Amino acid sequence: MTEMVYGTVKHSSAEPSLSKWLHSIDRWSILCVLTLFGIGLLLGLSSSPPLAEKNEYSPFYYVYKQVVFGSLALSCMFIFSTLSKTSIRRFAVLFFLVTFVALALLPVFGTDFGKGATRWYSFGLGSFQPSEFLKPVFVVLSAWLIAESQKINGPPGNFISFFIAMLITILLVIQPDFGQAMLILFGWSVVYFVGGASIVLLLIIAFATICLGFVMYSISEHFRRRIDGFLSVDIDPTTQIGFVSNAIREGGWFGVGVGKGEVKWSLPDAHTDFIIAVAAEEYGLILVTVIISLYITVTIRSLHRLMNKKDPFARLAGVGLTAMFAMQALINMGVAVRLLPAKGMTLPFISNGGSSLIATGIALGMLLVFTKLEPQGDVRDLLVKRRKGL
Amino acid sequence: MIRVPLRPLAHILAVRSSGGNPDDIEKQNVNQRYITYTDLTQKRAERRLFFVGIMFLISFVLVCARMTVLASSEVSSVLTEVSPSNLISQRSNILDRNGNILATNLPTFALYARPQVMIRPQLAVKKLIKIFPDLNAKKMLTDFTGQKTFLWVKDKLSPEQRQAVHEIGEPGLMYGPREMRLYPNGRFASHVLGGTRFNNQSATNADMVGSAGVEATFNNYLSDRADEGKALQLSLDLSVQAAVENILGGSMNIMRAKGATSIVLDVITGEIITMVSLPDFDPNNRQIEFAGDDANNNPLFNRAVQGVYELGSTYKVFTVAKALDLGLVDPETEIDVFRKTNILGTAVRDDHYKVPKLSVTDILTESSNVGTATLAAKIGKNNQISMLKDLGLFHPTEVELIEANGITPLKPKKWIDSSTVTISYGYGLSMSPLHLAVAYATLINGGYKVIPTILKQDNKDLGRRVISAETSNQLRKILRSVVQRGTATLGNVEGYEVGGKTGTANKQKVGARGYDNDRVVSTFVSFFPVKSPRYVLLVSFDEPSYRGGKEKNERSAGWTAVPVAAEIIKRIAPLLNLRPSSETDQVVQLGR
Repeated sequence: MTEMVYGTVKHSSAEPSLSKWLHSIDRWSILCVLTLFGIGLLLGLSSSPPLAEKNEYSPFYYVYKQVVFGSLALSCMFIFSTLSKTSIRRFAVLFFLVTFVALALLPVFGTDFGKGATRWYSFGLGSFQPSEFLKPVFVVLSAWLIAESQKINGPPGNFISFFIAMLITILLVIQPDFGQAMLILFGWSVVYFVGGASIVLLLIIAFATICLGFVMYSISEHFRRRIDGFLSVDIDPTTQIGFVSNAIREGGWFGVGVGKGEVKWSLPDAHTDFIIAVAAEEYGLILVTVIISLYITVTIRSLHRLMNKKDPFARLAGVGLTAMFAMQALINMGVAVRLLPAKGMTLPFISNGGSSLIATGIALGMLLVFTKLEPQGDVRDLLVKRRKGL
Repeated sequence: MIRVPLRPLAHILAVRSSGGNPDDIEKQNVNQRYITYTDLTQKRAERRLFFVGIMFLISFVLVCARMTVLASSEVSSVLTEVSPSNLISQRSNILDRNGNILATNLPTFALYARPQVMIRPQLAVKKLIKIFPDLNAKKMLTDFTGQKTFLWVKDKLSPEQRQAVHEIGEPGLMYGPREMRLYPNGRFASHVLGGTRFNNQSATNADMVGSAGVEATFNNYLSDRADEGKALQLSLDLSVQAAVENILGGSMNIMRAKGATSIVLDVITGEIITMVSLPDFDPNNRQIEFAGDDANNNPLFNRAVQGVYELGSTYKVFTVAKALDLGLVDPETEIDVFRKTNILGTAVRDDHYKVPKLSVTDILTESSNVGTATLAAKIGKNNQISMLKDLGLFHPTEVELIEANGITPLKPKKWIDSSTVTISYGYGLSMSPLHLAVAYATLINGGYKVIPTILKQDNKDLGRRVISAETSNQLRKILRSVVQRGTATLGNVEGYEVGGKTGTANKQKVGARGYDNDRVVSTFVSFFPVKSPRYVLLVSFDEPSYRGGKEKNERSAGWTAVPVAAEIIKRIAPLLNLRPSSETDQVVQLGR
């Protein structure tokens, strides 16, 4: 009677949230990411001392830095992975506006750290590269726009997202940062492709990209030197890529031994862009294979889980984030083995980094949300099919 | 394509007739279409996702495969090592005639300082001074604590010194790799070799340039990397050089001479087998601070080629040779020497013999000034000049030593009669010992002009004929008798027939006209073996003074240069592969 009057004790029929999270989330991918981060720390122990010595820090300065930023990144990943798709979407759109403005204002307030490209905002503690944060949120935004465009009376999302992509690309080329520009375009293309792009249009875009490449080649000295270096058959042993090739050769199958590598002394970017060379030299092909397998696992698992998704937005956002994550790893390692022209690109979760690491953590957190297991409206499907069948 | 209308008329009419809302039909149809569309996109997206996944998988596998290929490929040796410097053997070795190393290179380090990164400059200076006492502490301290960003501290470090500097633990002290020139034989042949110094020093490299001797003369050859490793082979014989240097050095001490020089010259090829000038120096450390006022006494000064001296009675041979060559006299011709004290208006005298006549041979054995002057008057000024000129005594020697460049004998500005007279017996013409040795070689080798060289010669053509072979033969006999019974009897070496001529010349007074009786240059030019001469040996002392148990000090060549030369020949003849020959009378004695 009491129950009838006052109602029963509030009791949720659903699982406890942590348990639900644990069951629905892609646990294997999380494990892979944690392993990658651990490998990054291990390699940091090797690659940190030379650079720290040069910059007059304590020998393992870059390892400590990696631990701090890595913890932040992993925290971001876990926090973001607990959000709902809607929250992610809202966050992405808002954060996109912030980062886009930041990117646009770079020529005014940014610094180039003497590297010839204005890509950073410098703060007392560290630096902040807007394009790193822009990438994942842009992909989510694009996915949302394209998914919305497929609804009845939806907005012209394809066009809007393409327009935004071009705007960002232009801003990035101004810096110049062709690597990020390519990644942005690539991310958008994959989203658009999976979102049902016409093949003809994609071919046109590919052709335009190639044309742009040629134009860049003839205009930009920086760009031309990279391409020429890639196309020449002989490797100049004193260039970065020469050191990298040699390190991989030296390492062989089982590596020269922990801490015994030489390449980290020769390369200024051994802890970031060419960390794979340190891995190959000191731990050999074995570790490189492990690293590649981990990236493959994350990529394929994510894509596989997305294939079942009925929600177009989750599908598209997920595939965009996965593609960018995988592409970044591919470009980094492709450069090291000279499959691609030299292009500064960090190896996700392994390379030493500050803001880029956090950005990757956020991206992975969002991806984990989109690859969560969830009800796919199977019952409705069944009903629709039955109705069709009638 | 069959278009299905959203509002099929039949349906609408049916609904209308049943009183329903026909818009629901449209809604229902739109919904139906959307579901079909999402189904389609879902299927398409699945296909495309699969495609994307496959592409990524292929790409990753490609990267992995490429990595495997790279890792399995051979390490190209060129790439493995980035050499800290490329100064391997930048300077060729110098060898003696038998291939012994006279000069080579040794990797070493130069010490430099970067005061801006120094932690405790005062302590560093204090400890550096302990390691290198020759450094100037005060100057170093001002340098280390001043505004300088870079300065050289020390050219070359020995491994022990480097370790010691390491142990200071000062990060502002750094090392630049160097190749240093090493002369493993120390002082031997120091004047011939000369020395090197660093030029264009940088932290990673430095050029070596020769500063004296053959190092300077052949600097381009030695530093030419095109013929890297091709050594420079000198005519010197290290063992002979060492023997001569030791004997000469010892006797110079005994005679308290200011300096000494000795040359061994091949009479056919003109190769210099030995060239000694004392005092000498260590070419490994050429920094010598010489405070004396007479440059001749500087250890760096090469007396054999740089010094010009009036070498006294040794010149008498030239006049005799010309007289013989002209056929005016023969060795037995008697020359009146007793009353002739005034020749061509110049007073000439001898003081050590009292005979009225001397044969031409005896003029040399007794070293008669009067006799030589008489012969000089006989041959005349022009013949004398042409003789001296033919012997190369008016020009620099052509030896390949930078010090010999431009060393021309000093001759009178105007060659008057008295010049003819005094030069015939050794005064008024100053030449380097090498000039003299070369002239003797020319006279006794059969009469062919000799051009001295410091490089090993494999085949050298005989020079221009200066005197006839007959004259040369006569001269050899006469000079042999000088040793047998003349002024150089102490020069007799058992088993080796030695010929030669002494010369004891008074030195000019310092700051006054005329000659000083107490200060002499004693010279002995010898050659051996007499029958077929191979080598000329010149020994000369500057201001020797030798008591040797006698009442008065002996200065004449017969008592100073000659016995030393004999000792040298005794030592070096076997080294030069000369077999001792038994003289005939000894054989007879043994047979008795």
